Amino acid sequence: MTQLPILTAKDFASDQDIRWCPGCGDYAILNQVKKVLAKIGARRENTVFVAGIGCSSRFPYYMSSYGLHSIHGRAPAFATGVKIANPDLDVWVITGDGDGLSIGGNHLMHILRRNVNVNILLFNNRIYGLTKGQYSPTSETGKKSPSTPMGSIDLPLTPLSIALAAEASFVARCIDVDKNLGEVLERAAAHRGSSFVEIYQDCNVFNHFAFKHASDKDTKEDNIIRLKNGKPLIYGKDRDKGIRLSGDYKLEKVVIGKDCQEDDLIFHDESDEKLAFMLSRMSYPEFPEPMGVYYDVKDDCYEDLLTQQVADAIEQRGEGSIEKLLNSGDTFEVK
Amino acid sequence: MGTGTKQEAGVKPTSEIKSAVVRFAGDSGDGMQLAGAQFTSTSAVIGNDIATLPDYPAEIRAPVGTVAGVSGFQINFSSESIYTPGDKVNALIAMNPAAFKAHIDDVDVGGIVLVNESEFGKMNLKKAGYPEGYNPLDDEEMNQRFQLFKVPISRLNTEALAESGLGNKDVNRCKNMYALGMVYWLYDRPLDTTINQIDSYFGKKKKMPEVAAANIAALKSGFYFGETAELFPVQYHVAKAAIKPGKYRKITGNEAVAMGLVTAAKLAGKDVCYCSYPITPASNVLHALAGMRNFGVKTFQAEDEIAAVCAAIGASYTGQLGVTGTSGPGLALKSEAIGLAVMTEMPLVVVNVQRGGPATGLPTKTEQSDLLQAMYGRNGECPVVIIAAQSPGDCFDSAIEASRIAMQHRVPVILMTDGYLGNGSEPWPIPDHTKFEKIKVEHATDPETYQPYARDENLVRPWALPGTPGLEHRIGGLEKQHITGNVNYEPDNHQLMVEVRQKKIDRLAKLIPEIEPYGDPEGELLVLGWGGTYGSIYTAVGNARKEGKKVSGLHLRHINPMPTNLGEVLKRFKRVLIPELNLGQLRMLIRGKYLADARGLNKVQGRPFLVEEIEQAIDLMLQGKYGDREYLRPHNGLVRVEDQDYDFTSIDGRSQS
Repeated sequence: MTQLPILTAKDFASDQDIRWCPGCGDYAILNQVKKVLAKIGARRENTVFVAGIGCSSRFPYYMSSYGLHSIHGRAPAFATGVKIANPDLDVWVITGDGDGLSIGGNHLMHILRRNVNVNILLFNNRIYGLTKGQYSPTSETGKKSPSTPMGSIDLPLTPLSIALAAEASFVARCIDVDKNLGEVLERAAAHRGSSFVEIYQDCNVFNHFAFKHASDKDTKEDNIIRLKNGKPLIYGKDRDKGIRLSGDYKLEKVVIGKDCQEDDLIFHDESDEKLAFMLSRMSYPEFPEPMGVYYDVKDDCYEDLLTQQVADAIEQRGEGSIEKLLNSGDTFEVK
Repeated sequence: MGTGTKQEAGVKPTSEIKSAVVRFAGDSGDGMQLAGAQFTSTSAVIGNDIATLPDYPAEIRAPVGTVAGVSGFQINFSSESIYTPGDKVNALIAMNPAAFKAHIDDVDVGGIVLVNESEFGKMNLKKAGYPEGYNPLDDEEMNQRFQLFKVPISRLNTEALAESGLGNKDVNRCKNMYALGMVYWLYDRPLDTTINQIDSYFGKKKKMPEVAAANIAALKSGFYFGETAELFPVQYHVAKAAIKPGKYRKITGNEAVAMGLVTAAKLAGKDVCYCSYPITPASNVLHALAGMRNFGVKTFQAEDEIAAVCAAIGASYTGQLGVTGTSGPGLALKSEAIGLAVMTEMPLVVVNVQRGGPATGLPTKTEQSDLLQAMYGRNGECPVVIIAAQSPGDCFDSAIEASRIAMQHRVPVILMTDGYLGNGSEPWPIPDHTKFEKIKVEHATDPETYQPYARDENLVRPWALPGTPGLEHRIGGLEKQHITGNVNYEPDNHQLMVEVRQKKIDRLAKLIPEIEPYGDPEGELLVLGWGGTYGSIYTAVGNARKEGKKVSGLHLRHINPMPTNLGEVLKRFKRVLIPELNLGQLRMLIRGKYLADARGLNKVQGRPFLVEEIEQAIDLMLQGKYGDREYLRPHNGLVRVEDQDYDFTSIDGRSQS
């Protein structure tokens, strides 16, 4: 066998000009994805990016792998078909808060519960960018936008809570410009099953600084918790703050050494679904927002089970013969 | 149709008839579909030609005893070739008053009406909507008009199964077999096919030997009752049809579609990926394919119609035969994704088992009203190939043809069937699988020459599969540059690409067979049809020709593109009649494309055409009585020019004139 060439991040770039606005958070994500693909030894020919519609969904055009830019909200359904028909392909689904949670909310829920082995990156910028700035399902209540001049009256969705409720087997969150993005993407790629990653992404044209609390170098460490499996929930620039479970099963912010000791804090457990859900409900400014892998458990993948059923059927009944098929049912001879 | 009665000492006389139309009708829980299916199997096995029409309610269990809950199954069986489930019913089996009420108008004068008298109590008569104090069984007019046989089937069945050891409920569920046994005797049919099937289903598969025994006992008791009771004056006999020797099977359109898809995939060296969302009347295509996993078939019950078509496109993208199946409302939901398949030039088969519309419409009834939706129901200039099957068995060939074109030409193909074809059945000569032509499908492999949107002589772009090194490329819904496939918004390129997608479909016409009418190649009248109306039109044209009328018929399988010589064929006839189960959708296409003054016979009553309806329209066309009317409609089996105007303000819409 000939040695396959080692690919670098650059090798995953297509020859097309990138048409995102200058300064868009999508660039950082694109670069990280390319780096991660190189790092994990992905093959261009075996990698398929499937996207819906929206700014983020242009992603496949900028990759040198196979790519399918589909229709609004349906990327998970296309990806499911791809994986059913060829489980050997590495499939990434690129979606956004509008594409994945509004028009395509149904498909997102179902690909997660089926645990199809794909990596889903939901770029959450809390706004509709491509259609010029209308509020999205993750926009905060009261959001003023061209379609809500008096402020939106919708309650926003929390993407991670949705994913967990939809029985996702891998759930994580990160920030477009943060150093942990690469790490999380690597973990997502390694996970067998649907990996759901919410990425806080800055739309610097229509919703600039929507996630300033989590991205501003000077203040972010006080506003996010970096999750580490088996470690206590500690945060703060001085790592002096933590999260504890109160007597009435509510989360509370505490100061270590003053309110309690480190051992009294919640210890992160990536296999604990209830903890993951509680973490997903923590939102700024009441709480620091957890970043990293919330939840990671092993479960069967849809396409593996389906392939197994085909193999079992062949084993039990023999490989299907067209002759036998045509001669099945109520047959009779006319002489 | 009787051809003679013979009388022997000690046995009831047997009357030899050519054909009969029998309809089983009862509450939807009465097992009428099962009784009908059994009667069909038996008739097929003994060599009659058959055609069937199941007619069931949209509700699984509408209120018991009501007209809304009546389920019917009609079978036409004959010693001659037949193409329709029959116009008038020769024998109706009515298991309750509601079934009697719903179907009595379809029974031929002098026809047999066998009723389950046990169910004609006060309550059931009321549920059926009969006025208090009225029982149609006592109605003199009914007794004069029909041969009314009143048999307490429920009671006799219960008595026959007294020793069965089953509870009342289970015993009562055998009454369909009791009724079936009586009808078997009436038409001189053997019991063994049904006994074997009961045995293998309840006895072997379900491991309920006592239920099997009870059903068989009920069947036999009904048969013996027919034989010994002095009820029916004659027993009828329908001889074997002179159909071509060979091996046959009973097939429904939905079964045939499933088998055709699997066969096509095998002929192309591929697997079927059938992605669908349950919808009446298409669901049993999904069921059939789900049972064929050992053929490599992968079925995916998606979360909705849209996901189903998208997953099918995803499967095609990786090189398998991606198929989605649905009915009208589902086709509407799939339209955007079908547009993507047109744009990305991806193989895709969409099976549309049409039903009555619009919206939810008549979910369990047949109609042909999705033709224009299939043609035009998408945004943009978005042509697809359309193929229509014309009989249950023909669904097999049509499914292979649809798959072949989709895979070889990288286009979505909509295969149009309908509820009547999907659930109707006929004897199907089992084809010799060794004679099937391989479906040659090529995939791009050479990175040196590969261009995603380069084209061959049929304007087909290469099918490059993910996993192939060096052919990585991006496709999607945005307009693509000719040859390179890069996103492109240039005005001239868009014009070129829109036209190339259209031309690709148009050029296909050269690769499909030319079409010739049956009957004479030219004449006074051409009756043009498409899809499931074939049997009725073919029979009506044949009958008219026997009477010396200068009528020919033509039935379209390829609707988009149409055969290249269709325009020329149309010109050979003075008049063109297009019967359709819609308000004139093919007529509009034919008028638009060929400037032909085609007239319609248009029926949207949830039921197939009666042969006599088409015969009447043929006569009116030949007599020039259509005048300025673009179409006529039948009412109660009659097509009358003077009966065409609706009074939309009156309760039944019939004009008072």
